[in-house]
Amino acid sequence: MTRPRPLIRSQRMTIVTGMLVFVLILIVLQLWLLTASVNAYLGGERSIVLPALGASALCFALNAGLLRYLYRLE
Amino acid sequence: MISRNPGSLVDADRAVVPPDRGATASQPKWRRDFPIDAGQDEFVSRRELVKFMILTSGAFVAGHVWLLVKSLVERAPFGLPAVSVATVDELPVGGAKTFQYPAGSTPRLLVRTGATTFVAYDQQCTHLACPVVPVVAQGRLHCPCHNGWFDLSTGRPVAGPPQRPLPRVSLDVRDGSVYATGVEEPSS
Repeated sequence: MTRPRPLIRSQRMTIVTGMLVFVLILIVLQLWLLTASVNAYLGGERSIVLPALGASALCFALNAGLLRYLYRLE
Repeated sequence: MISRNPGSLVDADRAVVPPDRGATASQPKWRRDFPIDAGQDEFVSRRELVKFMILTSGAFVAGHVWLLVKSLVERAPFGLPAVSVATVDELPVGGAKTFQYPAGSTPRLLVRTGATTFVAYDQQCTHLACPVVPVVAQGRLHCPCHNGWFDLSTGRPVAGPPQRPLPRVSLDVRDGSVYATGVEEPSS
């Protein structure tokens, strides 16, 4: 089995840029989730907090996976 | 032109590119002595931005956890003590008085609606926190700031801008006294 050729800088740059776009989308989603959760919480609706936490944690897990890949890329 | 030779790709990858993308020979002496590789610089800054964004993502999760913990702590009153807030003879039918329960809370409003019936709610309107006043003859609570109305028997909004019911204080009438025994947070 042949070892994959290491990526050159321009390729890594493209990957990191794509990663950044994906992370930004997830961050905006999390920001919206937190804003909506706080709004609902202050309005007395507390049942929304736990599902919102789950969704936010899922976004963070995806981001953490990307971070792991970023470290492997270096 | 794209080279098919992997060796030339690696060489191009290792080449130091100045920030103005010009030839190395045309750079001033100080830059030739301390060359900055623009490509590597961009890669590192973008990589660090990704890391910072992921840290921000973690901060959002921490914010959600804080919200959940706060919600759980506030949901469990862990048995507020029963406190006498008035005597039965103190209030005529249709009369009202304010009290704090538990001590230090926002003002609560106790209303005598009948010979043996009392109700108590948070006095702050759920719209913009103006104090509500009882209109016992109509069976309602009125918020004069924005003409909001609540049902006196349930605390639910019936007219005006308020959308949420008033938090209700549960009461127990015994031995000629009215005791506050807990606070019921509205479900929605």
